[in-house]
Amino acid sequence: MSKSFFIDTTLCTACRGCQVACKQWHSLPAEQTINRGSYQNPEDLSFDTYKLVRMRETVVDGQLRWLFFPDQCRHCYEPPCLDTAGDPSAIFKDGSTGAVIYTANTKNLIADEIIESCPYNIPRKAQDGALAKCDMCYDRVFNGLAPACVKVCPTGAMNFGDRAEMTTLANQRLEKVKNKYPKVSLLDADDVQVIYMVAFDPDLYHEFAVASNNAFDITRHAALRRMLRPITHFASRLL
Amino acid sequence: MTNHWIDIKNSDCILIMGSNAAENHPISFKFVTEAQQKGATLISVDPRFTRTSSKADIYAPMRSGTDIAILGGMIKYILDNKLYNEDYIKWYTNAPFIVGKSYTFKDGLFAGYDEKTKKYDNSKWAFEMDANGVPKMDRNLKHKRSVFQLLKNHYSRYDIKLVSQISGTPEALLEKIYKTYGATGARGKAATIMYAMGWTQHTVGTQNIRTMAMIQLLLGNMGVAGGGVNALRGESNVQGSTDHCLLWHIWPGYLKTPRASNVSLAAYNKKWTPKSNDPLSANWWQNYPKYSVSMLKSFFGNAATKTNDFGYDWLPKVDDGKHYSWLDLFDEMYKGNFKGFFVWGQNPACSGAHAGKNREAMKNLDWMVNVNIFDNETGSFWRGPGMDPAKIKTEVFFLPAAVSVEKEGSITNSGRWSQWRYQGPKPLGNSLPDGQIIMELGNKIKQAYKKDKGVLPEPIVSLKWDYLTNGEYDPHKVAKEINGYFQEDITVSGKAFKKGTLVPSFAFLQADGSTSSGNWLYCNSYTEKGNMAARRGQKDAPNNIGLYPEFAWCWPVNRRIIYNRASVDLKGQPWDKEHWVIKFAGDVKEGKYVSRTWIGDVPDGGWYPMQNPDGSMREDSKYAFIMRKHGHGQIFGPGRVDGPFPEHYEPIECPVEKNFMSSVYTNPTAPQYGTKADIYQTCDPRYPFVATTYRVVEHWQTGVMTRHQPWLLEMQPQVFVEISEELAQLKGIKNGERVLASSARGSLECTAIVTKRFKPLRIAGKLGTVVHQVGFPWCFGWQKPVSGKEESANLLTPSTGDPNTRIPETKAFMVNIAKI
Repeated sequence: MSKSFFIDTTLCTACRGCQVACKQWHSLPAEQTINRGSYQNPEDLSFDTYKLVRMRETVVDGQLRWLFFPDQCRHCYEPPCLDTAGDPSAIFKDGSTGAVIYTANTKNLIADEIIESCPYNIPRKAQDGALAKCDMCYDRVFNGLAPACVKVCPTGAMNFGDRAEMTTLANQRLEKVKNKYPKVSLLDADDVQVIYMVAFDPDLYHEFAVASNNAFDITRHAALRRMLRPITHFASRLL
Repeated sequence: MTNHWIDIKNSDCILIMGSNAAENHPISFKFVTEAQQKGATLISVDPRFTRTSSKADIYAPMRSGTDIAILGGMIKYILDNKLYNEDYIKWYTNAPFIVGKSYTFKDGLFAGYDEKTKKYDNSKWAFEMDANGVPKMDRNLKHKRSVFQLLKNHYSRYDIKLVSQISGTPEALLEKIYKTYGATGARGKAATIMYAMGWTQHTVGTQNIRTMAMIQLLLGNMGVAGGGVNALRGESNVQGSTDHCLLWHIWPGYLKTPRASNVSLAAYNKKWTPKSNDPLSANWWQNYPKYSVSMLKSFFGNAATKTNDFGYDWLPKVDDGKHYSWLDLFDEMYKGNFKGFFVWGQNPACSGAHAGKNREAMKNLDWMVNVNIFDNETGSFWRGPGMDPAKIKTEVFFLPAAVSVEKEGSITNSGRWSQWRYQGPKPLGNSLPDGQIIMELGNKIKQAYKKDKGVLPEPIVSLKWDYLTNGEYDPHKVAKEINGYFQEDITVSGKAFKKGTLVPSFAFLQADGSTSSGNWLYCNSYTEKGNMAARRGQKDAPNNIGLYPEFAWCWPVNRRIIYNRASVDLKGQPWDKEHWVIKFAGDVKEGKYVSRTWIGDVPDGGWYPMQNPDGSMREDSKYAFIMRKHGHGQIFGPGRVDGPFPEHYEPIECPVEKNFMSSVYTNPTAPQYGTKADIYQTCDPRYPFVATTYRVVEHWQTGVMTRHQPWLLEMQPQVFVEISEELAQLKGIKNGERVLASSARGSLECTAIVTKRFKPLRIAGKLGTVVHQVGFPWCFGWQKPVSGKEESANLLTPSTGDPNTRIPETKAFMVNIAKI
């Protein structure tokens, strides 16, 4: 059964334990940062930063809100990046967890096309053109552990488990907080394996909190490539 | 904490004030969140909208340093609307006590103030006694000199309008908070307070906490699950270090440091052992001599005998009336009165108020020994900014210490849980566990005294110092010593004990030298049954409220919620039937209890309840607050140096020219220092903005443990000042720009974070003035990051503090901000 995250942003305190745990588990180097007038740092995801707590101050209905959005790859059911790549040695979907995995061979892809194809603006490239992003800690998951970001979360904002368990939890939480936050919603829940719950208009949290327009429509490039793709690729997808 | 971390989940209303728990105690939010999910209301009151505020149901801004005004207003609201638990305050607090005629309060000053010494004679605040020497009481709370009536009178001035004018907190918000919090006075409801340095670091720090304790007593929130007064300690083991006398004014277990006037052990014990003539008062501290003598036995072993007062004379005495706290030590060092300084696991060049003065002071030392896991701004002060190494004589020695995970031993968390930890990796390089360093140091000093005699060698030579096993520091030996041993074969309360065995609990300690205990509060932590702190049992207590009594060990005697005798009514039945802490389950015969059984937590004394089921009073019971001399929670607190009731005073540096509450401007007993470095500027147009300091979740204390960690530095790379959009506009400052902050004492270059989370406050009413507030994290220092430009915010803070504790006032002072 595929796995899913449920990220309840109403419980997130932006302690950023997830952001550090991600770097620690993946042995990612720290970036040279400066304070740009915000706590959010690094400024954006990068080849060395797979998980980033985005922070925004905004006034909603006359009340100040500090909105936190622990951003990461959504591990789409039908990942446009995977379709765009068309090369399972570079981007593939792990059969047991559903994790979308990037390998070192991503350096052979046209990085900008992959990045552009992502409706959530997640993949980032290195100098050599290789791409990186969240891998669901699938090495941990194979060994019965929760992803590092989930393990470290003190409040229950980050959750991980079997798909059915996570959708149940998400729907329960949605019902529970509706009174407090009438505009609460689950983001693109049917399309992704990382279900975010937000209390307000998702645009207030992050430009790419929900999929950008027409993202799941097959782009012209991808459609073309799919037509040209050797039949074996289709066979492997069916498995 | 009177309660503990897990217990926060049982609360109906959580007030976080003087703390930013989501950032500085992030794990606490596991339990805050759990409470909220069960319907609890979270209230955040803070000058700045924090990550804690972002999760709050109610957020209120305030002017830094006006907590007593706000909380005093809550007391008035609770009294006006009769939200208090009447039975609770009648029987468990000193609300019914009659205060003596000499007590007065006039226009900001209590009776007994001496202008010259800036001190109160607090004998003027004493209770009126009956012929037996028991405080007179009016359980109907009607007597005009009863604590209850005096309380009403005192806080009658704290009406919402005036409180709002002082604090800048909007009236409607104050009322909403008072109403929500006050509603937990209902039986079965509980509210808790989570506070930290935002309350202690003021010239009224102790009284900030007193005010809240009074509110908790009025509402019946002390002793109950989800209630209590909960200090969130700033380091994992700061509770443990306080228990074991980190502070100058206490011996282990909160015994008193002897004064010069306590000329003998008898005089010392007489002075500090409280006496009660009320048979219903347990007055637990009557056991004081058992604990002090057992401690001396533990210090000096066989050398401590009855004939030499168990070595009492060997221990240092402090001068009466003199203070030896942090501020005072650095003041003396600044004046050149110290030769040497052991700086152990701390970084005063960045952590101490008025860091510039501290750094100057260190120049006057002949030597300094810096024991730490990294070199820091203190050990390297001589090569810091503005220092000329050629002109500094101080010789610095650095002793590398092992980090916590490299050592075996215990830590005691905020909830008083002592938890044993095994050793993880071995210490790196030539670093050593602190215990090893202390043991070796002690042995060298002993050898030196044995050889050269020196002045008063007895205490050093006689010190029991046998905590090594095969040359290595043995934490088990120390833990056992702390628990204590029987020194001879004795029989206590009908039980026979063998010499050399561990004492099962402090109830068995003796004042005749037949027992030892390094810290009576920890007696019961390491017994013949084993190391209690190492337990990892997962079973909850029968009340199922998250006590987990078999996980680790908690002082005193594994009691997880202290004052729990106040969680039940007079018949011993819990106020809260759902989240009960203890309940009396003794047999009943003809309306009377005939056997003694308490279930749940370890009760605060196992006596019978105060009443039988038929309502008759029992003479063999004890009052609920057993650690108080008179057995009652203190709404009136005559033991503090600055008044029995908390009163609003302005911070030493503030933006208002007068105190709107009275004509006494600042705390009249607050210490100020007189060297040329000690400058205080209040209402000075050069320093127009209220400033406060704080920590961030990404860094730890002064950052010695975190600034070397690239992932943490990545998230918070630079010292910053948070300012409102309005102030930024006023000063022409752009977000992310470097600015210069300055106070009367120093300056700090920092990055401006222009934020909606600080808002200017209007104080002194509609025609009043607008106050801008700014804030700085104090986790930086010039050593790291390597640019050398990210400095400590304590270069700005003042050397003044609370008169009871001398904790510095770093949470409210005045600064200016300018573009660079």
